[in-house]
Amino acid sequence: MFTASMTFDLGEEINALRDMVHRWAQERVKPIATEVDRTNAFPNELWREMGELGLLGITTPEAYGGAGMSYLAHVIAVEEIARASASVSLSYGAHSNLCVNQIKLNGTEEQKRTYLPRLISGEHIGALAMSEAGAGSDVVGMKLRAEKRNGYFTLSGTKFWITNGPDADTLVVYAKTDPDAGAKGITAFIVEKDMKGFSTSPHFDKLGMRGSNTAELIFDDVEVPFENVLGEEGKGVRVLMSGLDYERVVLSGIGTGIMAACLDEVMPYLAERKQFGQPIGNFQLMQGKIADMYTKMNSARAYVYEVARACDRGQVTRQDAAACVLYASEEAMTVAHQAVQAMGGAGFMSETPVSRIFRDAKLMEIGAGTSEIRRMLIGRELMGAMG
Amino acid sequence: MKVLVPVKRVIDYNVKVRVKADGSGVDLANVKMSMNPFDEIAVEEAIRLKEAGKADEVVAVSIGVKQAQETLRTALAMGADRAILVIAADDVHQDIEPLAVAKILAKVVEEEQPGIVLAGKQAIDNDMNATGQMLSALLGWSQGTFASELDIEGDAAKITREVDGGLQTISVKMPTIVTVDLRLNEPRYASLPNIMKAKKKPLDEKTAADYGVDVTPRLEVVKTEEPPARAAGIIVGSVDELVEKLKEAGAV
Repeated sequence: MFTASMTFDLGEEINALRDMVHRWAQERVKPIATEVDRTNAFPNELWREMGELGLLGITTPEAYGGAGMSYLAHVIAVEEIARASASVSLSYGAHSNLCVNQIKLNGTEEQKRTYLPRLISGEHIGALAMSEAGAGSDVVGMKLRAEKRNGYFTLSGTKFWITNGPDADTLVVYAKTDPDAGAKGITAFIVEKDMKGFSTSPHFDKLGMRGSNTAELIFDDVEVPFENVLGEEGKGVRVLMSGLDYERVVLSGIGTGIMAACLDEVMPYLAERKQFGQPIGNFQLMQGKIADMYTKMNSARAYVYEVARACDRGQVTRQDAAACVLYASEEAMTVAHQAVQAMGGAGFMSETPVSRIFRDAKLMEIGAGTSEIRRMLIGRELMGAMG
Repeated sequence: MKVLVPVKRVIDYNVKVRVKADGSGVDLANVKMSMNPFDEIAVEEAIRLKEAGKADEVVAVSIGVKQAQETLRTALAMGADRAILVIAADDVHQDIEPLAVAKILAKVVEEEQPGIVLAGKQAIDNDMNATGQMLSALLGWSQGTFASELDIEGDAAKITREVDGGLQTISVKMPTIVTVDLRLNEPRYASLPNIMKAKKKPLDEKTAADYGVDVTPRLEVVKTEEPPARAAGIIVGSVDELVEKLKEAGAV
């Protein structure tokens, strides 16, 4: 454990939240992180625990069972969970932000009353389904079809790489209601796993983020009632865009959590591991490594926390949301890379946490938007500002 | 019945403690501080008494610097009903000694009239293990220290104490002072809704002067030192050599 980092004073409330989540994650999640990675299976008992602690609805008003706190608070929770296990944090983020927060932002009063309390208590697991085998960054290229038939929207097609897909009870799903209308022909739906014709593949085997279950969703003429349209028909892209900036910022916390986890592992090792009669942390090349790791971690935190504050003020910009997740993700990969290097042979062993963290970090540059797409967005926004 | 729980803000148990360069004490500048873990157990026990219907109010009190307010908010988030902060120092490095703390607590007890005081057996910073006992002496109340079980029935409390070599069960008359040990319970996590609610719970601010207690230190710290670094071990080649080395060291 590395505790000598500077303290970001985020206010008494968020400090208390960080203390609580830190303690819970270190006591309940970290001890099983290696096993979760090895077996590639999510510890589903954690959902109820997270529900009891109030972690699943941080940004949701109290009326729906949430904690009514800020996006900054959510970032801190994601970070402290990722510090224990990045894959648990990813599933947590998919549930609490991608699904819960999207319903909070776009749901009708009735949808919120129906779905949010059970998602926030941990009784139900949530997911969001956008990507398809043939439509990742190119969202509008999606093929999942929703046709009006017999008083229902009938969904047919598939979704791919869906986090929490195999376990989710409630899913926010994007589908094409008007294939000829491009971006204006997409509609968001709330789908329940028990709806007839809905099934999922077994969860995929992955390089990293193992245990955060990912699957293909199969829609075989799934009849979804009209009242399960999230937002308006044809306005799915608006629903999607309403949440994307928040999603990027909240998931940035996984990056900062990964960096903190790297220092947690590397610092004690450098103090204990001796070569040439002294701790290897005495050598300048090692000190250079940890200096870089520390600087990157706290630079990323400073930016991410500030962008989260902008979210809370309602002033977040697309370029900053994309830039903070770009930075936190790529630096997480770099820091994880250096963490393995600092621990040498020990770091290369499967049972050491840094080898898992190294594999987990790679997803940060791919999932929820690749680094390339993030750069494209930032560049486009910046040039757009020039008229 | 009202339960009074004194809580102390101490250096977090995860932090690597560093001695100040001048040897006058431990460096607390920019160091993470938390509630003394034994006090957390005391808060938990108090809340459980309330949940079991044996207590109707839990009051947390902290004596120290202004920042101890955070520690009290933690107690409130866990489930305490209200809190009293007694500011007795401005500098985080100034420790308030057990006798001064006990004297202030005695005054608080006089005001609050609790049926029981539940305290940690000691604070993990100075390991004095004295405040509870001193408070008992000042009030003339019974005491049960190192409690690993507590059972209140009417005007008596049955306390299992962790003593050298085993467990001792005593029965004391109420009101009483119980100092709690590690195995009494496992403190809960404060949930987010409760962290939010804690903000709205009353927290009274007082000073040591309000209670007329002089907190000037009576003890002089001569020197604070790091424990000696562990000497490097050796690798022995055989059992015979091991036995020989152990004999040399006087270990067998």
